[in-house]
Amino acid sequence: MKLTDEENAMLAGEMGEAKQWAIAHQIKVGNMFDAEVMVPVSQAHMMADPESVGDAGVSFMENLAAQGARVTVPTITDPRGVDLNYYRPLGQTEAMANLDRRTIAACSRMGILMTNTCTNYQTVMAPVLGEHVAFGDTGVVIYSNSVCGARSNFEGGPSALAAGLTGRTPKYGLHLDKNRRATRRFVVHQQPKGLTDWGLLGAVIGKASGSYWAVPVIEGLDAVPTSDEMKHMGAAMASFGSTPLFHLAGITPEARNLAQVGGDNLTRETITSEDINMMRSRFGGKGDKVDVVVFAAPQLSLVEMQKVAELCRGKTMKVPLFVCTSPQVFGDAMRMGLVESIESSGGKVLEGTCFYNQGAREIGEINGWRRLLSNSAKIVNILGGYGYQPALASMEQCVASAIAGEIV
Amino acid sequence: MIELKCHVGIGSRIEGEALVANDNFSARYDLDRIMGIFSRPDHKLAGQSYKDKILVFNTAKGGVASAWMLYEMKSRGIAPAAILFNNANTILAQGAALADLPMCDRFEAGDITSLIKTGDQIIVDPVAGMVTITNRN
Repeated sequence: MKLTDEENAMLAGEMGEAKQWAIAHQIKVGNMFDAEVMVPVSQAHMMADPESVGDAGVSFMENLAAQGARVTVPTITDPRGVDLNYYRPLGQTEAMANLDRRTIAACSRMGILMTNTCTNYQTVMAPVLGEHVAFGDTGVVIYSNSVCGARSNFEGGPSALAAGLTGRTPKYGLHLDKNRRATRRFVVHQQPKGLTDWGLLGAVIGKASGSYWAVPVIEGLDAVPTSDEMKHMGAAMASFGSTPLFHLAGITPEARNLAQVGGDNLTRETITSEDINMMRSRFGGKGDKVDVVVFAAPQLSLVEMQKVAELCRGKTMKVPLFVCTSPQVFGDAMRMGLVESIESSGGKVLEGTCFYNQGAREIGEINGWRRLLSNSAKIVNILGGYGYQPALASMEQCVASAIAGEIV
Repeated sequence: MIELKCHVGIGSRIEGEALVANDNFSARYDLDRIMGIFSRPDHKLAGQSYKDKILVFNTAKGGVASAWMLYEMKSRGIAPAAILFNNANTILAQGAALADLPMCDRFEAGDITSLIKTGDQIIVDPVAGMVTITNRN
């Protein structure tokens, strides 16, 4: 790679051990993906939940912090694995909580902002068209690339941390124009209705695309989807397909029309209602018993919180119902009485976590939760690998099923 | 010996025994990382130990969390010696860089999961972009 004088100084250790590790890490990754240079980034977003980081990863971050590491661009965090105000009732261990406490201390010392959210594009600071960023969490990356027109690869925790420290990232993948052109062209005939349908559409397209280097362009949508609809579609597409970018012809900023992303030369592939229904029918059915209902992945917006609260108000849940939201939304939802509406019905709002990285396998076993119901296609996809029998339903059906104790 | 040219990879030269599957790899969903075995029932290597083996797969799967996991596995001494793919993904490459675990992909001669057999003795040289099978001609 061709390095600037400043980057060479980092590599030589002239700017401290932490930056030396960070730039060396970025050069290794850059070489593997044929990056020629680094590109400055304006923000980084790091995943560092205790389940994936482990004791070794936390010690690694503590070491960097002890060396005086300090991030040089705004660096924020993905959801945590533990809500420190509510973990014993879930069966989460003190060891797990302690890993989280140590992570928070080490990150804070490095100047990292503990936002603990996977919806930073709704709650913290959305990136803008053409902005180069180093974001973790596949849902954050696909939304930022597609809806905002920003430029990011999937940056795992260590790489996002390295980008925060050096203020740059290797220029490969989605930072380059050539990798942002459409490679697949999908035509939608059935208009999605509700967040779950948007998630299912994302799941079908992600599964069909199936690669980090595939870029779907989608046409045939009658209306501009809302931020929450795009959020569910993108999160599911990234989860089912490792897809980091999509275009909606005439809607998203890089695809003012089909030709602008090269979609006019691609073969049309039709998404039928059978495709959507087949994906839906993979997950559970009416009358099945439910052990737990979860709203998460991605964390809920204030608008989703209001909808869940209205469905819960005055009702009594027969089975546990969990709602995961960001600390930013949580504060508002408390102030506006939405948390109270959910919790007085027997539900529980978790702050700054996401259910699937809370040691989902362990808490499922401890609490006897197998049959899990959610309106998120992403979480239903993930938890199948964690010992659950997940089922998918709309937000309204999910709450009604929590009240009934079975899928309604 | 058989020499297989690949893209420049991550990590340093290493020698070991191959464990091959025409399947994909997720550090998060396929493994019991404490026991050091493949645990997802429908993975082609289910039940087998990956400790100190050079693993050979089609591609890498899984979300951003996997990037921390190779480092964590290596810190406990229960990790593969190296991983080869037809196509790696960005997240696992980043994880290999953190863990200093050798990783190579994009082989010129074609499908690496059929070119290398389980039990082969191989040398992985990520800097040169070369993998050598030493027990066969």
